[in-house]
Amino acid sequence: MAAPFSWIRPEPHGIHIVPADCWVDPSKPVDRALVTHGHADHARGGHGQTVATPETLAIMDLRYNTREGATPVAYGETIRMPGGVDATYIPAGHVLGSAQILLEHAGEKVVVTGDYKRRPDPTCPPFEVTPCDIFITEATFGLPLFTHPPIAEEMRKLLDRLAAHPDRCVLVGAYALGKAQRVIAELRAAGHHQPIYLHGAMEKMCRLYEEHGVALGELRLVADHTKDDLRGHVVVCPPSALNDRWSRRLPEPITAMASGWMRVRQRARQRNVELPLVISDHADWGELTRTIEEVDAQENWITHGREEALLRWCQLHQRRARALALVGYEDEDD
Amino acid sequence: MEQFATLIDALVYTRSRNEKLRLIAEYLRGTPDPDRGWALAALADGLDFPAVKSSTIRNLLKDRLDPVLWTLSRDFVGDTAETASLLWPPPLEDTERTPPTVSEAVDALTAMTRKSVLTELPELLDRLDPSGRYALLKLATGGMRIGVSSRLAKTALAQAFDVSVEDVEEYWHGLTAPYPELFAWAADGQAPPDIENLPTFRPFMLAHPLEETVVDMAQYAAEWKWDGIRVQLVRAGEETRVYSRSGDDISATFPELLEVLDFPAVLDGELLVRGAHQGGEAGGAASFNALQQRLGRKTVSKKMLAEYPAFVRLYDVLLHDGKDCRALPWEQRREQLEALMPRLPDSHFDLSEVVAADSFAQLATIREGARDDAIEGLMLKRRDSPYIAGRRVGYWYKWKRDPLLIDCVLMYAQRGSGKRSSFFSDYTFGCWNGDPDAGAELLPVGKAYSGFTDEELKKIDKHVRQNTTNRFGPVRETEKILVFEVAFDSVHESKRHKSGLAMRFPRIHRIRWDKPAHEADRIEALRALIRD
Repeated sequence: MAAPFSWIRPEPHGIHIVPADCWVDPSKPVDRALVTHGHADHARGGHGQTVATPETLAIMDLRYNTREGATPVAYGETIRMPGGVDATYIPAGHVLGSAQILLEHAGEKVVVTGDYKRRPDPTCPPFEVTPCDIFITEATFGLPLFTHPPIAEEMRKLLDRLAAHPDRCVLVGAYALGKAQRVIAELRAAGHHQPIYLHGAMEKMCRLYEEHGVALGELRLVADHTKDDLRGHVVVCPPSALNDRWSRRLPEPITAMASGWMRVRQRARQRNVELPLVISDHADWGELTRTIEEVDAQENWITHGREEALLRWCQLHQRRARALALVGYEDEDD
Repeated sequence: MEQFATLIDALVYTRSRNEKLRLIAEYLRGTPDPDRGWALAALADGLDFPAVKSSTIRNLLKDRLDPVLWTLSRDFVGDTAETASLLWPPPLEDTERTPPTVSEAVDALTAMTRKSVLTELPELLDRLDPSGRYALLKLATGGMRIGVSSRLAKTALAQAFDVSVEDVEEYWHGLTAPYPELFAWAADGQAPPDIENLPTFRPFMLAHPLEETVVDMAQYAAEWKWDGIRVQLVRAGEETRVYSRSGDDISATFPELLEVLDFPAVLDGELLVRGAHQGGEAGGAASFNALQQRLGRKTVSKKMLAEYPAFVRLYDVLLHDGKDCRALPWEQRREQLEALMPRLPDSHFDLSEVVAADSFAQLATIREGARDDAIEGLMLKRRDSPYIAGRRVGYWYKWKRDPLLIDCVLMYAQRGSGKRSSFFSDYTFGCWNGDPDAGAELLPVGKAYSGFTDEELKKIDKHVRQNTTNRFGPVRETEKILVFEVAFDSVHESKRHKSGLAMRFPRIHRIRWDKPAHEADRIEALRALIRD
């Protein structure tokens, strides 16, 4: 009999499931890929077969034209793969369609979280704690200083600033997939029913969310409107457009950015952000450590992000852990 | 403290200079004495509390949090005060939560000893929210580093009460925090502070880099830019003081200069140490290396005074014998300075000579020919320029010698702080100690933190993170594959690096993504550039 867990191998460009010859979130094209969610660091085009939730496949189709070999798996559904490996897709609470993947082989269970959070999000079902032997967790915000405040507080900051400057607009930089739609949905939940203006790069993804049942209210394109139309309104753009020439068409924009990194003042300064909104689709330190405790796996593998601190926490709490060195997972805009 | 914390946060997130000025001015108008005076002092110069150091904060946190988690967090944030403000554990429910006022906090910090700080600083921190803790810790440890210069803070004061910033600068250095006389004058219209008989610092006039500008030598005079430290010698009220470029009082470091000026004056010059290198009317000066022996000392031994005697090579005169010369054109100040020379002993003073050139082209030839290690380049001063604090376009230019260049390989990287926090922005690089194809090794030759754009920084940062081969605390060792063309002013023998060489002002000149590491320079090539 093979050594325990020898069927699953972390390699620099993804997690290799040896008997099924498939990869989780590979960063280069492979014959068969299991994809947790649609962000670029996890989902790439060019695989022979792509196994993901229908929502993630729709996102990948929009972004990378991934149509061939698309194999949908709904939440809670299990797909059997060659070599006696079962893969079950479980909500991760990160963005629309995001899933953890439970892999089972020879009685051994491994969960790959992809990216996840534990906070409520109106745009996707919540993370489900799944018992397993090995828990492969992300660690994007794996430092004790990262505490994401309740999102309602951040929405209040945004709306207060907007109300104080009726002649200006608040320009919110937000990741085009997930963060932007969550911010819009949360603004609606906070009672903001004015039209929200979008950078052109956001439009298709917002429509895709709406097609999947996420109501975003009235959205308008900046390009269709004059500077004066935008006064007193919220404008949402990708982070890269915040300090771009594009933003010159806006009426004295107050530059905001929705990101977990905004917890650190210097990070906000580096991006010339005037109104930092600490909003993240990743688990903060408290969520990461609580999740490790709740999942209570024999072993924790920690990847993409600040592995060292979470590794140290596991050591202090007598939990077995190791850091994986996967290439290319660094989410600077979240 | 809440208003001060709100101000600090607003300043951190404000880009516009006018908006910063407005925010500070509004705070100064709306806050009573002495809080506003302390706040202004903290913004302009930073306050100093001997018992509260960065290490104190570090130790407090290490007692309350796992030390490894603290270090990793501090390393990521790049700022001790901010990291501590974020990680400070919330106080127990029944803790006294009334935030201190700024002056209460300042009084408490002043009274702290190295022992009492361990209980008293936590008490203060427990009374504040994270923003308040950040403001308090920034205030307590000196430099705020929030994008507000000393000049900006003083301009805000001037703007708040509609007085002239030049007057604020003039009085500033004769007064101490929390500046009651300054506010009495500016805010309440009382008589200006009397500084005439105080040996106070007057801000230096500074130069812009010449770059592509060509000047008409009929309008400009040229002087050598000597390689010492710029100083201001002030005598008033029977007392002499020596100030460094930043206005720090360095009199104790150079006691020989305190007895040789016997009339009231403010003189601008270059402080040098006697030696054979840098020419002048009364003999030469030693290289900067020799001067370095004298810098930063609180007391000076007789041996030091004898081996490295200091003198001042004079550039300018601001005031003398009760006359303020600053509004006069440079030419007239120069005449007055020359007339003062007989009253200044040769042992401790000489005059920076004017470099004669009829045309800019001729001056360029002279500059090319000046290979003396001790000359940094040339200064160009418009003949009619008044002496004005700070840098004014068109008056003074510095025309530095072209830098030396060498190709080095990136070896280690460390995260920066402040604006560059969390990016790997401090680089140690090396040269080969022989033929790299025959097994030679890289030896570190220097460190640089500047010379690249923000875009380049992001690329190098990514390179470091993807090519880390080893970690030593905050330091990452990288794959030896990236070549930097490093620019520097000069190179000297030194024990600081294993290579036995140290550069002055090394900075990244170009990033040679294209160049293979084995084509970088060898140590011998760098050694050959030693000039003295």
